[in-house]
Amino acid sequence: MALVVRSIKRLSVHFLLLIGVAISIFPFYWMVVMSTNTTGDIFRFPPKMGFGPHLLTNIQHVLQSINFAGSFINTVGVSVAQTVFVLLFDSLAGFTFAKFDFPGRKVLFLILLGTFMVPAQLSTVPLFVIMAHLGWVGSFKALVIPGMANAFGIFWMRQYAQGAVHDDLLDAGRIDGCGHFRLWWHVGLPVLRPALAFLGIFTSIYTWNDYFWPLVVLINPNRITLQVALSQLIGIYSTDYSMVMAGTLMATIPLIIVFLLGSRQFIADIAAGAIRS
Amino acid sequence: MSVTGIATGREEGKGRTWQRAAGYLPVYASIAPFYILFAVFGLFPIFFSLYISFHSWDGIGPMRFVGLEQFEYLVTDNNFWISIVNTLVIWIMSTIPMLFLALVIAFLLNSQIRYRGAYRVAYFIPNVTSIVAIAIIFGSIFGNHFGLLNSVLHAIGLHQVQWLNNPWGIKVAIASMVVWRWTGYNAIIYLAGLQSIPGVLYEAARVDGASTPQIFFRITIPLLRPVILFTVITSTIGGMQLFTEPQILVGNSGGPGQAGLTMVLYLYQQAFTKNLFGYGAAIGWGLFVIIVLFSAINWRVVQRAGVR
Repeated sequence: MALVVRSIKRLSVHFLLLIGVAISIFPFYWMVVMSTNTTGDIFRFPPKMGFGPHLLTNIQHVLQSINFAGSFINTVGVSVAQTVFVLLFDSLAGFTFAKFDFPGRKVLFLILLGTFMVPAQLSTVPLFVIMAHLGWVGSFKALVIPGMANAFGIFWMRQYAQGAVHDDLLDAGRIDGCGHFRLWWHVGLPVLRPALAFLGIFTSIYTWNDYFWPLVVLINPNRITLQVALSQLIGIYSTDYSMVMAGTLMATIPLIIVFLLGSRQFIADIAAGAIRS
Repeated sequence: MSVTGIATGREEGKGRTWQRAAGYLPVYASIAPFYILFAVFGLFPIFFSLYISFHSWDGIGPMRFVGLEQFEYLVTDNNFWISIVNTLVIWIMSTIPMLFLALVIAFLLNSQIRYRGAYRVAYFIPNVTSIVAIAIIFGSIFGNHFGLLNSVLHAIGLHQVQWLNNPWGIKVAIASMVVWRWTGYNAIIYLAGLQSIPGVLYEAARVDGASTPQIFFRITIPLLRPVILFTVITSTIGGMQLFTEPQILVGNSGGPGQAGLTMVLYLYQQAFTKNLFGYGAAIGWGLFVIIVLFSAINWRVVQRAGVR
């Protein structure tokens, strides 16, 4: 009897959770439905709720309407560049803060934490003006360079390096004649790999999805990122929703693959980061 | 003997200080990139923003000093107040259901259940999806005529709603996007918080004869308070900066009746579509004051609520 009550309880928990999962997943399903049908199939009553055969036509329309391939390549380039810089600079700084003592270490780290408080939206207008002076408006430099190193990543790397990088390994490296940077490269980085994986996924997702700043600073319509291209697509072709959806689908899938590749560890790290802070 | 000893000691000391300083060079070089970037692209813009906000400027022509005029205009600007109210209303409409649902999901996931890993992934996927994509998809769900929601309403015999022509409809659509994107994220964080509560506490409470609601309110909630505080503060800061959802859904104007005009959307509209750089900078400061105020209020409310 108790067993029956227990399994009913279990089943109802699964039932409730599955409702939530359905709501989480549904918009993706709907995106695929729309991008595989024609707009006419969707905008009628009752709408088609299953997959259709029009995906390739819709994709063709996207490619004819906007420079999708170009902005796709731009976005990949910006995301990769941003991620590589962040991983290099943040791991180097985090490793240094964790394993080396130097005058001003505490104060400098406090300043670093303090920069979390600086609100980003305050600087939108002046940042745009600075970019204009540097001649970077419309260029991807304006996206990548300001974010090459960030406080969150350095904090994250420091926390990880404190526990993961052992002093005897560093000593052994020193005896072998390694300088600071070779210690970081040969001793630090291999051990920091799990932290690098998290920060890498996080940075690439964040950069891929970024919209506000690219919208402001990428003023040349031929040199834009995917998110800005999507907003152009919906702005101009809002009547052809199936085509817009096909574009949205193509812009979303790479990211979901990146996420699913490392999802379990990534989610555990997100939660751990929140609890720690 | 002793004199020379001291002398050489000093000499050596000097040499050593110099050597030590040189020895620190790689260390400082390692951490320098962040501080240089922050000085140029983080700290300087704050002061520069104050400077710009004292001027009237279209970004191209000469700057004209106007003193506090931008700020005087800001506090009497009806649209700015509308944007504040909209932002706060959407924040309440999204944050309360979001955090409540997240807590429920975290509890369900915490009950020693199978497939927990798969559930966590499924709940987290919305959070890594781009807001532009979400806004496009939700735009089709909330469509005025042939939106999915209206088809459902029609199918069950209810009146259709012109969601995106209606002030409340617009807010509901925006809030539901936020809820959809962030509930799973917050649930994962609550789950981690729940898992860090030692099981011994629950056992002890059970032995003392505490009921489930008592355990929930007397043990779980107080011990979860730091985590709840974290989620409230992050969703406050995020909610005050809402931009992409309304911009894609109803455009730069904020839609009919400006019902979707949030504070950051107003900043964007004034600074970058009307080229009012001085006023945009002033709006940035107004935004900053409101975020600080509202975060402080939320901080106190959550701190207090748990203390009892």
